[in-house]
Amino acid sequence: MSEKGMNLTLKIWRQKNATSKGKIETYKVADISEHMSFLEMMDVLNEQLINEGQEPIAFDHDCREGICGMCSLHINGEAHGPDRGVTTCQLHMRMFNDGDTIYIEPFRAKAFPVIKDLIIDRTAFDRIQHAGGFVSVNTSGNTQDANALPIPKADADKAFDAATCIGCGACVASCKNASAMLYVSAKVSQFSLLPQGKVEAKDRVLNMVEQMDKEGFGNCTNTGACEVECPKGISLENIARMNSEYLKASITKEA
Amino acid sequence: MSVLDSKIPEGPIKDKWTNHKNKINVVNPANKRLIDVIVVGTGLAGGAAAASLAEMGYAVKAFCFQDSPRRAHSIAAQGGINAAKNYQNDGDSVYRLFYDTVKGGDYRGREANVYRLAEVSANIIDQCVAQGVPFAREYGGLLDNRSFGGVLVSRTFYAKGQTGQQLLLGAYSAMNRQIGKGKIKMYNRHEMLDVVVVDGKARGIIARNLITGSIERHSAHAVVVASGGYGNVFFLSTNAMGSNATAAWKIHKKGAFFANPCYTQIHPTCIPRSGDYQSKLTLMSESLRNDGRIWVPKNMEDVEAIRSGKKKPIDLSEDERDYYLERRYPAFGNLVPRDVASRAAKERCDAGYGVNQTGEAVFLDFASAIQRYGKEAATVNHEPNATKERIIELGAEVIKNKYGNLFQMYEKIVDQNPYKTPMMIYPAVHYTMGGIWVDYNLMTTIPGCYAAGEANFSDHGANRLGASALMQGLADGYFVLPYTIGDYLADEIRTGPIPTDSPEFDAAEKDVRGIIDTLMNIKGTKSVDHFHKQLGKVMWDNVGMARNAQGLEEAQTKIRQIREEFWKDLRIPGEANELNTELEKAIRVADFLELGELFAKDALHRNESCGGHFREESVELDGEQKGEAKRDDDNFKYVAAWEWTGDPGESKLHKEDLEFKDIELKTRSYK
Repeated sequence: MSEKGMNLTLKIWRQKNATSKGKIETYKVADISEHMSFLEMMDVLNEQLINEGQEPIAFDHDCREGICGMCSLHINGEAHGPDRGVTTCQLHMRMFNDGDTIYIEPFRAKAFPVIKDLIIDRTAFDRIQHAGGFVSVNTSGNTQDANALPIPKADADKAFDAATCIGCGACVASCKNASAMLYVSAKVSQFSLLPQGKVEAKDRVLNMVEQMDKEGFGNCTNTGACEVECPKGISLENIARMNSEYLKASITKEA
Repeated sequence: MSVLDSKIPEGPIKDKWTNHKNKINVVNPANKRLIDVIVVGTGLAGGAAAASLAEMGYAVKAFCFQDSPRRAHSIAAQGGINAAKNYQNDGDSVYRLFYDTVKGGDYRGREANVYRLAEVSANIIDQCVAQGVPFAREYGGLLDNRSFGGVLVSRTFYAKGQTGQQLLLGAYSAMNRQIGKGKIKMYNRHEMLDVVVVDGKARGIIARNLITGSIERHSAHAVVVASGGYGNVFFLSTNAMGSNATAAWKIHKKGAFFANPCYTQIHPTCIPRSGDYQSKLTLMSESLRNDGRIWVPKNMEDVEAIRSGKKKPIDLSEDERDYYLERRYPAFGNLVPRDVASRAAKERCDAGYGVNQTGEAVFLDFASAIQRYGKEAATVNHEPNATKERIIELGAEVIKNKYGNLFQMYEKIVDQNPYKTPMMIYPAVHYTMGGIWVDYNLMTTIPGCYAAGEANFSDHGANRLGASALMQGLADGYFVLPYTIGDYLADEIRTGPIPTDSPEFDAAEKDVRGIIDTLMNIKGTKSVDHFHKQLGKVMWDNVGMARNAQGLEEAQTKIRQIREEFWKDLRIPGEANELNTELEKAIRVADFLELGELFAKDALHRNESCGGHFREESVELDGEQKGEAKRDDDNFKYVAAWEWTGDPGESKLHKEDLEFKDIELKTRSYK
């Protein structure tokens, strides 16, 4: 194991707040270990900036193990950077080379306005969930026994795969239309594959799609970029399933 | 007589909760609308509580510092959730789960609370399935289970290595339904910076809007703190970067006693640290110990050969390996509880057998599980002549289905393929059993202020068993707090809305502004992380896996010094009235610097070894248990609840004696 100790040039989007105009600033970091995560490299830069009396770069992050969905970043034009199947916090510096210039920008979409620097507002995603991302069951302790309703393993597994969406927004950021179809379809699919979700399936898909449109996300034109960049490998199949659910619901909707 | 009244209901243990619920006051639906409840934190406990309270009709305001309630750190829990369903027909029962939890906690938990936890555990699974949580299933369509450390039955429900995520998204969906109805008002990117106490009762909080920096007043008839644990006092832990103790610490300073701060869980299977730049540690789920075998080389020459890269771990034959857990604990083997497994790893590494450059790593090996599963799969597939390679291929497929995301996570971080070479692991701070003292109703020593989930101290004693944190968080949030809080709120129906222009709110806001102004105006030279790392080093070196009196005294002194230095030489760039991540961190670390000292003080006073708290002075000297931790029930069979007096070093100790009526107190043995 050789320590590379990389020197890098970073071109980073700085923006004071939601209303101000942002621009790309250039920074240098030296002696970056290949074992660092990308965000640890950002920590090094921020420590450097603080020591120079400058404001550190604001970016979202929390769990740093690829599951909370808080981190974002467009790195060299790709959501979550060049590696596949990972979030930015799991991206490691071994993916880069000494002397590289790296462009770091926030996820770009009309529905994801910038709050500061690399931090964006993704509450539009929450509002879509408020519109129907649930099964209407109260907490009681008196629901039926969990094993009273067997669910075919294949359905349960597919529902699980859809449910692993972390709500990071990479799909939106990667889509030329800034469409949120992959995100919305993941939740619609999870519930449409399970008997618990079937009762409200029609209202769910109609309401969630309506909210998605209201938030200003674009339409899906099946380019598939979302699936490629999704850190959790959420499949395009879910979009097909949602389209079919939506069509069914639209046709059979009672007036 | 202690000032602490645990309010444990009378009667036999199996009837306590039912009787209590039957007798408890309830609030009529029309009145619930007029009652406000604040919930701080939206993990499993807070999210479940907020959703349930809103379903019941209370007007809920929920707060989280993340950009969405779905990001709370419960999401990172991997392995599973326990429930006494006995679906496997392996002899599980409410009593056995109760017994395992009390024993696993080294007899330092409160019996009545633990029994209730075991009792409601089955409801949790029913509730989550009804919500559409996609648990792992068998081919017959029924729910699958796996085993976890410290128990001899298979009672853990799971969703691959993402159980916490799926359960949290379940609670989040229940919240969303109520947010959509306007029953929960959600405050994202808000941080609670103080509790407001009026006439002795919790009546609201002061919160900072993290986007605008504005200081807000929020009133309520009760405040629930479900803000998680304080593991980040160690700087490096498996907690999220933002996980903090501020909400809990602020209520402590306003009158909520802090219990057993020294009970910390050091989890045995985490990815070892790689350098000084390290910002956090990553857990590899305990569920891996179902199938992984832990070992180090038997001979020092092999250790050196592996460290220098001359030999690979797979080059070592079976008899050159020391499967030290199987050797020392034949009954439980690789599935001993976490505290025992962590200490055993430390023992081997301290003896020089650590297998990486830093000397702080042991192997977690899946080769035999891959073989075993591969052979099974070959039989099922009717491939009697399967080659060695084919068996490995089939076995790896089974392992991938069980732990795929964990293996991927490991490979991304370490750059090694754990299907082919053993993982390297080492213990890391993971969970804090200690926390805010609560009575049976989960109320703190401030009337109207509750603590739920990891933030309270109640159920896990001195060591938590795997897959029990999710169980406790959801039990508190879905099934305990919504009932017990009614008992208190029933007296609040005539109170009316709580005004926020009272002198108490004025004073609390002024205090918060004062702290922020002071921090911003230090204008020193060092970053927040600089101090946090210093604190973390003292905590790990002196208050970590093994503790002694001298080290603990030294830790208290050092922490005080770091704290003084922090308040003199901290630098926070930017302004307070804007999004300022350094200010957010500074407020949290200021609290850790006080909590750390109380932590060390508690560890010093508890001159016994129990669960995760290991005092070098207290070990078994002979017999079968020689070298194992020695508990001292004569002197320490109590909860240590600390009262704030203005200085963490001067905190006042209160004791709640623990009674064991249903489980015999005995030495914990996993041999």
